[in-house]
Amino acid sequence: MLPFILKRLGLALLVAFTVSFISFSLLFLSGDPAAALAGETASGEDIEAIRTLYGFDRPMMVQYGEWLFSAVRGDFGESYYFKLPVASLITDRLQVTMLLGLCGITFALLTAVPLGVAAAIRPNSMIDRLALFLSVAGQALPSFWFGLILIVLFSIKFQILPPSGAESWRHFVMPTIVLGYYAMPAIMRLTRAGMLDVLNSDYIRTARAKGAGEGRVLFKHALRNAIIPVVSLAAVQMGFMLGGSIVVESVFALHGAGYLAWESIARNDLPTVQALILIFSMFYITFTFLADVLNAWLDPRMRSA
Amino acid sequence: MTRTLLKTTALAAFAASLAMPTFANQADDTLNVAFTKELENVDSYFNSSREGVVMQRAVWDGLIYRDPATNEYVGNLATSWDWIDDTTLEFKLREGVTFHNGEVFNADDVVFTVNYVAKEENGVKTQRNVNWMESAEKIDDYTVRIHLKEKFPAAIEFLSGPVSMYPNEYYAEVGPSGMGLKPVGTGPYKVVDVVPGQHFVLEKNENYHDSPKGEAQIAKIDIRTIPDVNTQMAEIFSGSLDFIWQVPTDQAEKLAQMDQFTVANASTMRVGYLDMDSAGRSGADNPFTNKKVREAVNYAINRQELVDALLKGESEVIYTACFPSQFGCAQDVRQFEYNPERAKELLAEAGYPDGFTTEFYAYRDQQYAEAIASYLNAVGIKTDFRMLQYSALRELNMDGKTPLSFQTWGSYSVNDASAMVSQFFKHGSLDSTRDDQVLEWLNIADSSTDPDVRKENYKLALQRIADEAFWAPMFSYNTNYVFTKQVAYEPTADEVLRFVDMSWN
Repeated sequence: MLPFILKRLGLALLVAFTVSFISFSLLFLSGDPAAALAGETASGEDIEAIRTLYGFDRPMMVQYGEWLFSAVRGDFGESYYFKLPVASLITDRLQVTMLLGLCGITFALLTAVPLGVAAAIRPNSMIDRLALFLSVAGQALPSFWFGLILIVLFSIKFQILPPSGAESWRHFVMPTIVLGYYAMPAIMRLTRAGMLDVLNSDYIRTARAKGAGEGRVLFKHALRNAIIPVVSLAAVQMGFMLGGSIVVESVFALHGAGYLAWESIARNDLPTVQALILIFSMFYITFTFLADVLNAWLDPRMRSA
Repeated sequence: MTRTLLKTTALAAFAASLAMPTFANQADDTLNVAFTKELENVDSYFNSSREGVVMQRAVWDGLIYRDPATNEYVGNLATSWDWIDDTTLEFKLREGVTFHNGEVFNADDVVFTVNYVAKEENGVKTQRNVNWMESAEKIDDYTVRIHLKEKFPAAIEFLSGPVSMYPNEYYAEVGPSGMGLKPVGTGPYKVVDVVPGQHFVLEKNENYHDSPKGEAQIAKIDIRTIPDVNTQMAEIFSGSLDFIWQVPTDQAEKLAQMDQFTVANASTMRVGYLDMDSAGRSGADNPFTNKKVREAVNYAINRQELVDALLKGESEVIYTACFPSQFGCAQDVRQFEYNPERAKELLAEAGYPDGFTTEFYAYRDQQYAEAIASYLNAVGIKTDFRMLQYSALRELNMDGKTPLSFQTWGSYSVNDASAMVSQFFKHGSLDSTRDDQVLEWLNIADSSTDPDVRKENYKLALQRIADEAFWAPMFSYNTNYVFTKQVAYEPTADEVLRFVDMSWN
């Protein structure tokens, strides 16, 4: 098991390194960082001064090497935009994003798995149709629009939830629903398909034949097998949510890491973008890895792999 | 049945516990305001955003103050000033002023601030705001001299605008990042809480000196950054915001119809214009080197229609390479009326009877740029439209690679023509014209201390720019302010929110 984990870890670091290098190059291609930093009111001389001050006039490889050397020692430098250490800047914001991501995936799993199971038990019933409707709507609704609809409903019409901010649990209710809803359809469809597949298999017929209760058949025998691909999917969705909650964070003014990344790209705030990309890719890699471990636990056959 | 009732009661109780605390904004004397953009640093020397100017006016003071209504200069931290010679200004300072942390304001603070910000290596973000100053010198505790690098008549305007006075002991200790997190000034509001980019809380400065800004009326200003305008509107509807600004025109129009809020519109100094490569930097054969083509562009655009249909509000048609209220921005220049027929004739005379195709760049307000493109298309100038990030377009501009681009300039709210026309026509990297005659006049206007000489030379330069159709200036921008009926505020034409002028109805 240990060599397996070490191999995975090495691979993960390589992926993170590649991602950070590519993103660094892309940022340089997207526009002059000095002009972006100097802002709209700057003159040509201001921009030249900034270029020298930040060392943008040096070769890109030198700048990347310098960043990498500091980053591996845990020093992400100072944000060009905020003039604050990147580490302190992103800590708070990552907490918001992680909390939101966890709430979102929990919400998605808690609604999607039961619905998927219910739909599979009675295919083509009303509940199946409802589940299908919800998943189609979930795929089709843009999250900014869904967010605004919720705001209009719960903040303006009924005034029970605050439209924006991150001060209390109330502030997270609507963002959780919007973010979770986006991940729901895929999880539900996969649960349904997996359950349908498993429910038609021989061992379920055997379990029923030997007189096992329906609940035991469904949850112990069927769901445990059907859920395996769902775990992998949920892990990927979770990674996606952490980096991809930009729209939700923007609509609900949550000031999370996703929104910070998005804004920092537009501001050419290289140290912040680089640190966030590295962290996001590490998350993604970690979650995929955890999903493999979880799957191995759920399915003993996978442990040997 | 009982169970159902119980359930209902429990649900109702739950719903009640969810209900938000009622917002008593006026009752607890707190004005809730939204910013759209994340302010990078409250320290005004280290940001370049509008939000930063707003904070700067609330938290700090300058030596001089320009009354936004009359444009007259009066003393603020200084009580009087004199030009000792062309490059030396002497100030008598106000006595009895203290900073928010209790530090006494005197000549040392002025000397420290000026010497600090004027040094390029200290990295003040907008160098132009400060790089005209050489140093400051203390004469006595309440007399100070500022030495200029060279003649700079707009000094008074800058000293009443972006140059504010910092506490020497505190700033030397904490520097820009400390000042950004725990700002200390002499202004009508002091900062009590900062979450960088997200949340700023200001409280009335009870010890504010007898400043022309006047005393703050509202005890507390709570500013949150809410990037989505729709969310800001939801917040103002739900009562948790009192004041939003920079509201897009279509939204503001809808809000105005509801009669629930005050919707005010004010002009800004930002001017939208077309930059044409008359110097031929993007290729010597490019059509814009031909004066007739540039005239055709000017005739092709229906400026009034753009203002009426798109910009609306207090926007106006602009024919000059500056904003009309700016000192020296003469308005008696050649004005191009909308005349597409004349434009076509001119193109034919210039050797383009069937028009031509050009790259056309923009970085903001895509709908305006597209409208402009359609006017150009109508006379035969076909555009290959490219929308870029600001920094990317700036790079192309500086390298002279843009034959035609839609640009805007806000002059940092400096009410002097030099803040616009001298930025772009003095052969700098952003000058697409490179006209020696214009340069000569601007050099005289920018450095003379005689107001009449300045006016005369700006006029000559602006007239030549219009006669030669170097640019196609088009319109000024405006901004919408939306606030609850409890708030009393009169927006000014310089796009600066002044919390000190806000009060409750």
